[in-house]
Amino acid sequence: MNKQTLLEMLQQQGISRRGFLKYCTAITSMMALPPSMMPAVAAALESARRPSVIWLSFQECTGCTESLTRSHSPTVEGLIFDHISLDYHHTLQAASGDAAEHAREQAMHDNKGKYLVVVDGSIPLANPGYSTIAGISNLDMLNETVAGAAAVIAVGTCAAFGGLPQADPNPTGAVSVSSLIKDKPVINVSGCPPVPTVITGVLAHFLTFGSIPELDSLGRPKVFFGQSIHDRCYRRPFYDKGLFAETFDDEGAQKGWCLYRLGCKGPMTYNACATLKWNQQTSWPVESGHGCLGCSEPDFWDAGSFYKALSIPDGDYAKASGYAVAAGIAAGAAAGMLNKKTKSDAVARHTKVSVDDFAVNKETD
Amino acid sequence: MELFSTANDFLLWTRGDAFNIAVSIFLIGVFIRVLEIFLMGRKVDFSEPRGTEWGPGLKNIITRSVVDNGTFKRAPFVVIVGYIWHIGFFICILFFIPHIELINAMLGIKWPGLANPLVDATAAVTMFALVAMLWYRLTHPVLKFLSTYEDYLVWVVTFIPLLTGYLAYHRMIDPYPLALGLHILSVEVFLIVFPFTKLMHTITLFIARWYSGAMMGRKGIES
Amino acid sequence: MNATTKEVKNTLSLEKGINALKEQIDAPTAAFFSSCVNCGLCAEACLFYTETNDPKYTPINKVEPLRRVWASEYTLFGKLKKALGLAKPVTDDMLAEWETLIYDGCTLCGRCSMVCPVGNDISTMIRKVREGMVASDHAPEGLVGASTRAVKIGSPMGIRLKALEAQIKHIEADTGLTIPVDVQGADYMALLSSMEIINFPEYIESLAKIFKQADVSWTLSSEAFEATNSGIQIGSSDIARELVQRVVDGAEKLKVKYVISPECGHAFTAIRWDGPNLIGRPYAFKVVHILELLDELRQAGRLKTDGKLDKRLTFHDPCQIVRKGGVLAQPRNLLGQVASEVVEMSDAGKMNWCCGGGGGVSANERADELRLQAFKRKKAQLEEINVEVMVTACANCRLVLEEGLEENNMDMPVLGLSELISEHLIEE
Repeated sequence: MNKQTLLEMLQQQGISRRGFLKYCTAITSMMALPPSMMPAVAAALESARRPSVIWLSFQECTGCTESLTRSHSPTVEGLIFDHISLDYHHTLQAASGDAAEHAREQAMHDNKGKYLVVVDGSIPLANPGYSTIAGISNLDMLNETVAGAAAVIAVGTCAAFGGLPQADPNPTGAVSVSSLIKDKPVINVSGCPPVPTVITGVLAHFLTFGSIPELDSLGRPKVFFGQSIHDRCYRRPFYDKGLFAETFDDEGAQKGWCLYRLGCKGPMTYNACATLKWNQQTSWPVESGHGCLGCSEPDFWDAGSFYKALSIPDGDYAKASGYAVAAGIAAGAAAGMLNKKTKSDAVARHTKVSVDDFAVNKETD
Repeated sequence: MELFSTANDFLLWTRGDAFNIAVSIFLIGVFIRVLEIFLMGRKVDFSEPRGTEWGPGLKNIITRSVVDNGTFKRAPFVVIVGYIWHIGFFICILFFIPHIELINAMLGIKWPGLANPLVDATAAVTMFALVAMLWYRLTHPVLKFLSTYEDYLVWVVTFIPLLTGYLAYHRMIDPYPLALGLHILSVEVFLIVFPFTKLMHTITLFIARWYSGAMMGRKGIES
Repeated sequence: MNATTKEVKNTLSLEKGINALKEQIDAPTAAFFSSCVNCGLCAEACLFYTETNDPKYTPINKVEPLRRVWASEYTLFGKLKKALGLAKPVTDDMLAEWETLIYDGCTLCGRCSMVCPVGNDISTMIRKVREGMVASDHAPEGLVGASTRAVKIGSPMGIRLKALEAQIKHIEADTGLTIPVDVQGADYMALLSSMEIINFPEYIESLAKIFKQADVSWTLSSEAFEATNSGIQIGSSDIARELVQRVVDGAEKLKVKYVISPECGHAFTAIRWDGPNLIGRPYAFKVVHILELLDELRQAGRLKTDGKLDKRLTFHDPCQIVRKGGVLAQPRNLLGQVASEVVEMSDAGKMNWCCGGGGGVSANERADELRLQAFKRKKAQLEEINVEVMVTACANCRLVLEEGLEENNMDMPVLGLSELISEHLIEE
């Protein structure tokens, strides 16, 4: 099934060797490797066999798949994606029903220890019935499928961190892949959805080196998630100069000023949107005039309004303050009354001092 | 068992529950302290007044900020460095745009801010001034003599928000949610410590200056 | 000494002292203690610190006993600390230790109150601490003696009516003027301080001359001539009340319109500001300081003088009259009429430095050495301006300044302002 090398497959599609090498140069640079490594990348990729990939979709919206498969014209990235042997994927696979599940089991058996599991969507723990496939709960399917995998890639913020289903009040008890899988390497490729070139970049890394790239403290590839949006944002000079848009169509907005005051979460968000952008470098949220939502970060749905600045607290402080003021006034009045009593008691206990007292005390000293 | 599984959890806690707790303690504490003062009242003054109370009281609130020349010559350090760090502190709090957003969200009032690099420079100067004040407090015979653990505790809880704010702004702590969370937490500590310490002077100095000014104004003497 | 006698008769105690401190706390005091940030500026305003460099004289340190009582009795958090045994108590030893800070090292001059950046009226708080000191038997012997003499004899220096009458006789003989005594319905009743009667009787002579020329209707009272209030100095409202009541009774008996406070600092504070609050009601008369009256006369053209003292001189501002009494412009207006070369000291006016002997310090022999050390501040001020004569308007300041000048071998006369004016009156 998968005996064709990547180069053979590409050549079949009409991509010249020259085109292939151009791609390798691009991807070498994107993975933050030195140019001298390009030949090694090319050598690895051209003889790469198609790895088996099992894609599990749990509590997800399919947005991640949509993002990845978006291509108006065939791109090498898209073809890479095609190069993997996608042996199981709800939306994309042809088979369905028992045949589909059988395909999954077959792939697991044939490629034991070597296949990749890609997961999108979160896993519900409150009640397995919230999300099942062919009667199998997400949790069971995950555990079963990951048992013989080489590595797991959690695509999208739902799989990486719990995402939208996990948002307050989390009725399904949704959790991330990494909170369940502890004995296999898990790469978190977060984003809602992730940038398409990020996912293919991770796959390319895996295909090239047979290993997972360096990860940050949240398990995300540093090469794509090591920089904050804020540090790479083209509007940063406006932030630094203190020029902010205050409404979506005021002078500042029209001039492309910083969107901090309109809720941009760029400072706390780590992703590649500001450099790689979306839709083949067309644009990205900030460039389109909307603040970053922070969608590649855990709990971004609960991190306060998308339209309130990062510095604004997000609890119900108005109510808490109201109660506190009432309590403070009551307690203060009580304390004040206590003070008045202490004083009036002291005044009542006053005994008049006269010069005779001095004489007496002297006598008795 | 980890307290927070990610830096983001920590940040969200500081902006959520911790903030509500800190603000509540602050408000309750301040009201108690202020009412404890006011409800004590003062005795009626039967002497014939030479002047009024309210005008001079309010005037003193402003004029007491000016030190007389003779005293200034004796203690220029306290006056100059004291002003530098206080003014710098308030510039950082009130004229940094993210802070203005916060205050606007809570109180509904807004004003123009200063460019970030200006606030940044002010923060640096303020921190230097604070360190200088600490050195002075540790070495000057009068301040060393008067100071208690509370004076040093208050110095720490005042300095840390400036330091963490500076580190967060310059992204010197990774990841950023941790840096910002530490800054917000340090402000919450400040708010909690506030009503129990001399930080109350931020509010009570208006009361004290008014009373002094009023008492002197009634006697027709300059305060 | 009988043990039971001690129990029954020992009326001053630590308990009473602490109770007295409790009584003294009010809203302003609470605001003051809440606001102090230990900045140390008050020390720089206090001549006892500047001339000794001993931090214990820092004004806010002097009120530590009062602060402890405020914290543990009038703040919720302080009460909690007390319940947990974490509060610092006020002990008898502490009050004993603080006695010299409160009485020897403080004249209640009020400079600290002017300087505190958060607006604390520290000198008023020190005055309050004295209430606690008296009630706990920690007042200095000198002041105890002065108060006892004041109450029992009528004057802290033990001067009786006879002594005053003798002085009056001399003055009448010298000047040919009559000094009115017990004149019912006179406009002004003049008070005198013992210091003036004994040491500076020129003051009484000056009054007689000036009032004759200006045609002022005035009198002395044989029952109420003493202006000095030792109760204020020792810091006992009870004793002060007894003393001020005499003046009030005397003035109201004679049905005078005004009572004149003489050239004495604390006497003015006592009669003008404290008196009505001690007796619990307003007076039936008004109080005016002699300088205020003299300036009124000057403004009305009733003070006819000729010639000016032609010496380089300066004015020492008595604390209770200028800074705390508000009589700031009057001395300079009056000096301008009778002096040609008035040179101001640095910090002159409401920020002038205390002579070092007010507030009972000069009556406290134990404080003599410290007082002379504190005088160095005044010495420095004088040396800066190189004057020949010093004029002031407080008999106590006069004496203290003279002593200080002598101690430092400085040859400079100290004149009273009223006296200086009367010397230049146009003789009729």
